[in-house]
Amino acid sequence: MIKVIGLHKYFGDLEVLKGINAKIHKGEVVCIIGPSGSGKSTFLRCLNLLEEPTKGEIILDGVPLIEHKKDIDLLRQKVGMVFQQFNLFPNLTVLENITLAPCKVMKLSPAAAKEKAMALLTRVGLAEKADQYPSRLSGGQKQRVAIARALAMDPEVMLFDEPTSALDPEMVGEVLDVMQQLAKDGMTMAVVTHEMGFAREVASRVFYMDEGIIYEEGTPDAIFGTPQKVRTREFLSKVL
Amino acid sequence: MEILYNLLEGFSNGIYLTLIKDNRYEVLIRGFGNSILITVLAAAIGILLGLLLAILRLRGKGILASFANGYITVIRGTPSVVQLTIIYFIILGQSGLPDVLVASIAFGINSGAYVAEIIRAGIMAVDRGQMEAGRSLGLSYPKTMRYIIVPQAIKNVLPALGNELIVLVKETAIAGYIGVVDLQKGGVSIASVTYNYMVPLLCVAYIYLLLTTTMAAGLNVLERRLRRSD
Repeated sequence: MIKVIGLHKYFGDLEVLKGINAKIHKGEVVCIIGPSGSGKSTFLRCLNLLEEPTKGEIILDGVPLIEHKKDIDLLRQKVGMVFQQFNLFPNLTVLENITLAPCKVMKLSPAAAKEKAMALLTRVGLAEKADQYPSRLSGGQKQRVAIARALAMDPEVMLFDEPTSALDPEMVGEVLDVMQQLAKDGMTMAVVTHEMGFAREVASRVFYMDEGIIYEEGTPDAIFGTPQKVRTREFLSKVL
Repeated sequence: MEILYNLLEGFSNGIYLTLIKDNRYEVLIRGFGNSILITVLAAAIGILLGLLLAILRLRGKGILASFANGYITVIRGTPSVVQLTIIYFIILGQSGLPDVLVASIAFGINSGAYVAEIIRAGIMAVDRGQMEAGRSLGLSYPKTMRYIIVPQAIKNVLPALGNELIVLVKETAIAGYIGVVDLQKGGVSIASVTYNYMVPLLCVAYIYLLLTTTMAAGLNVLERRLRRSD
């Protein structure tokens, strides 16, 4: 579904990604772990061109993204994204947050968009908050709305950029539950996370990123149970 | 006692001469109408122009951004009365447009430069994540601007925009330079007939004050309504 070949990214002189090769298959949940500054978020943000790669290829469903930058709005519909800081639109109600893109991009009728949004809100357990403004929600609720908002575009893959890092500890669970359910339903997901428990339990594969590359990858059992490389072991011994 | 009596008599006489004799109050009303008309048209032009210029400047590079920069530099760097007379006598003088419309265009062009900077500041204050979230949903840059960024930006800068609007109302008092009979010009023209300056000019000042305080109150209401989502 997503194929990344020789991806490099510079911020000025700083080389953040130093040649990443990766594949994410349909239905897979890939968790990306690693120390801060290792380029995890940058890698994820390259996948929908929120960051423009300096060099390399990203192929989504057989379409090379960088060559088709003009159609990026169309391609982004296939890729949902959930941010660490939620980024709900504070000027719109919860319902409007979810219906905006379906109405303005997919040209869904307001009634159809609303129906879909309510179904999604029910799925994340927040149907009763539809008419509230985001400022009235807790962090966990905001993030669940953000997930519903991304799902409203019927994406083929969902990117999660540290979705629980800005949450109070007691709210982490409710968001992870929604994500786990999503994984069970067969959604293709790429998740940058510090929640090792989640990675272990839900991921089909784990990427350990360090020094701007995917340093080691494997099944959760392999990465968490028998990591092959020294740096992976060091990192895991610190966080587990 | 007698001085006070004389003053009062002079004043009531002035009111009679200024407002009542020959229905002179109608001049003030017509002038007031023109002032309002110019302000409304100029504000509309200014806001649209300002929004456009702000976005051109924010997009950064290229001829259009340089144009926006140059525009703002020239307009902010020259007196509005000079701009007004240049537009009237040099640029639109032969166009046959009504003077009121020419004045509106001139004040709109002037206001646009200030509004541009206000809106640009407002847009820059909106969190970067808002644009990213919009774009990640497949919304185009213009659509993200229109539905997400600009509404938040306007809300942020409403006090500054209101201030600009009040400045604009007062600025229109120079419309007389190109022969438009606005409120100020109406007051002066009455005085030039009656030789009494105190009453008409105090009337004019009072009407401007009434107008600006009403606008300030209206803006407060609007601001509170926009706070709904906080």
